[in-house]
Amino acid sequence: MNHLLEIRDLEVRFALRSGDLTAIDRIGFTLEKGERMGLVGESGAGKSVTGFSILNLISKPGYIAGGSIFFRGKDLAALSPEEMRSVRGNRISMIFQDPMMTLNPVMTIGDQMTESLMAHRKISRASAEALAVEKLQAVHIPSPEARLRQYPHEFSGGMRQRIVIAIALLTDPDLIIADEPTTALDVTIQAEIMDLLLELCTLKDMAMILITHDLGVVSQVTEKIAVMYAGKIVETGSTENIVARPQHPYTQGLIRALPGSREPGSRLYQIPGSMPNLSAIPKGCAFHPRCERAEEVCRREVPELLKRGTFQRLVACHLVGV
Amino acid sequence: MFAFLVRRISQAVFVMLVISLLGFSIRHQIGDPVRDLVGVSVSVAEREALRDELGLNDPFHVQYLRFLKGLLKGDLGQSFFFKKPALDVILAKMPATLELVFCAGVIIVVFSVPLGMYAAIRPKSFFSRLIMGGSIVGVSIPVFLTAILLIYLFSVILGWLPSYGRGELVMVGGWQTGMLTADGWLHLILPSIALSSIMLPLFIRLIRSEMMEVLETEYIRFAHAKGLSKVRVWLVHGFRNTLLPVITVGGVQIGTMIAFTILTETVFQWHGMGFMFLEAVQRADTSLLVAYLMVVGFLFVVVNTLVDILYGIVNPKVRVSGRQ
Ligand SMILES: Nc1ncnc2c1ncn2[C@@H]1O[C@H](COP(=O)(O)OP(=O)(O)OP(=O)(O)O)[C@@H](O)[C@H]1O
Ligand SMILES: [Mg+2]
Repeated sequence: MNHLLEIRDLEVRFALRSGDLTAIDRIGFTLEKGERMGLVGESGAGKSVTGFSILNLISKPGYIAGGSIFFRGKDLAALSPEEMRSVRGNRISMIFQDPMMTLNPVMTIGDQMTESLMAHRKISRASAEALAVEKLQAVHIPSPEARLRQYPHEFSGGMRQRIVIAIALLTDPDLIIADEPTTALDVTIQAEIMDLLLELCTLKDMAMILITHDLGVVSQVTEKIAVMYAGKIVETGSTENIVARPQHPYTQGLIRALPGSREPGSRLYQIPGSMPNLSAIPKGCAFHPRCERAEEVCRREVPELLKRGTFQRLVACHLVGV
Repeated sequence: MFAFLVRRISQAVFVMLVISLLGFSIRHQIGDPVRDLVGVSVSVAEREALRDELGLNDPFHVQYLRFLKGLLKGDLGQSFFFKKPALDVILAKMPATLELVFCAGVIIVVFSVPLGMYAAIRPKSFFSRLIMGGSIVGVSIPVFLTAILLIYLFSVILGWLPSYGRGELVMVGGWQTGMLTADGWLHLILPSIALSSIMLPLFIRLIRSEMMEVLETEYIRFAHAKGLSKVRVWLVHGFRNTLLPVITVGGVQIGTMIAFTILTETVFQWHGMGFMFLEAVQRADTSLLVAYLMVVGFLFVVVNTLVDILYGIVNPKVRVSGRQ
């Protein structure tokens, strides 16, 4: 089988002074060409680390401790730095959370766009600029020629995120990893940016990993979902299935916590407690201290991510399908 | 940019006014221009007459305005010892100091930028630790001690380099330069190293810490994610952002350099403005001291204004707010 992206048993650790901390614990998923996947979970679940590890850009003490990341048949984790560089920003692009911080404040938008193209293609500056203008048009930035000469601080947050998206799209990548691309923006602009991303992905048949803690957005944009908890994937399957019939108690909690699912006038539901610190993950199922249905087996054994019962998905919960 | 320039320059003028007031007060309080003119062997009555004639009994502000008018015409008073206009004395000594400061500045820039950047990029490497350790030592040894150690090693023990003076000089226009003869260059080496010995490690440390901060930012991570080469990320994205704070601090440090020229020039018998300053102190040549203060203040203000303008060129935000 030839997937666009196939992650197997990926394990990421941070070499801390107190010893190694496992942030990603043997996760795996696949992504086809043009497919969009949502990676959801609470803060600290390991979503961003997963995204960065695909491009081998995990921040300092972090390293890939095991597993493989096959992209178009090649294991990214085994590439030389120079080969990895030719994938980054070329076949796989990334969009970060805060557009106010993503662009270099002392360089013009034009320079930041053309340098990206010129790093991957033999192309003249003039044709790189022409392409940059074209992409700025694609993300609906008015009068793009003039905008090329401007600096990031001359744009609003929403405009900057559009520019970041334009940069990510410059080389028509196969996969785009968007790490909470709308969290830092005004609520009114969030939907616009999400619509734009969706439009561009469909147009170019581009695959996307959308990292977010907002299941509501994921359900509108993606075709499948992987729910992460404490460095593990606890439930994964098609978006439709999971949103309609969540099986893992954690996913059920996330969905109950959505503003839309509450009775008018009642208080917003919250999963009790908080995610454990990665250095103190409970024995057995990591979620059991917060789980209303936890049984003896949950405290004892780590549940595996399996197809359980007749459900069209993988779930890591002892209580599903028995 | 134009409004920015106007604002900067009017600030510079204001600072110059404050310095001139300071300089004038010193001369008013300590100096005795009558003594400067006629020496000590003239009767009290004659002096008093002369004072009236020179306007020295006028109110403070009248005298200050007269002093300011003189300043604008380049009249900084008369040196008591040299019996010449103070400005002429200083201008004759200025090339020596400027050449020394220039060479020290070149040493600082040429070494601090690559060393500071390297130490930021590879903070844990052996060479970086060496640089940082060495810079601590450099900062903590006083300039005059560095100077003496340099003389002891390179002049006394090894005999490679001359230990004092400017060597063979050539007159170009009104400028007495040591930079056109081999002998002049040999004489420049040790004093320039001594003068840069505090600033160089300081700048290495500054560049390193600023660069390390920049390398942690999201836009650097994004630059990597765009697939740029590491060298491009460091030099184009990293260094230019490092430059902004370095320019700010660097501008302030230039003032300190002037204090160090006094020490360096004294140890190396380097006949520049710093050397002249100490001589003037010993001779109680008040007019010359005040003139030195004015000239150094002027240089300092000019350099700082230039630094601010440079900052404006590097930082697009200043340029835009200036345009509005
Ligand atoms: N630089 C680092 N050093 C040490 N540990 C880290 C580092 N970066 C991440 N971690 C660990 O990895 C875990 C997962 O972090 P990650 O940024 O992937 O969370 P996330 O799911 O993206 O959360 P958020 O919604 O807050 O972005 C964190 O809880 C933290 O313990
Ligand atoms: Mg994150």
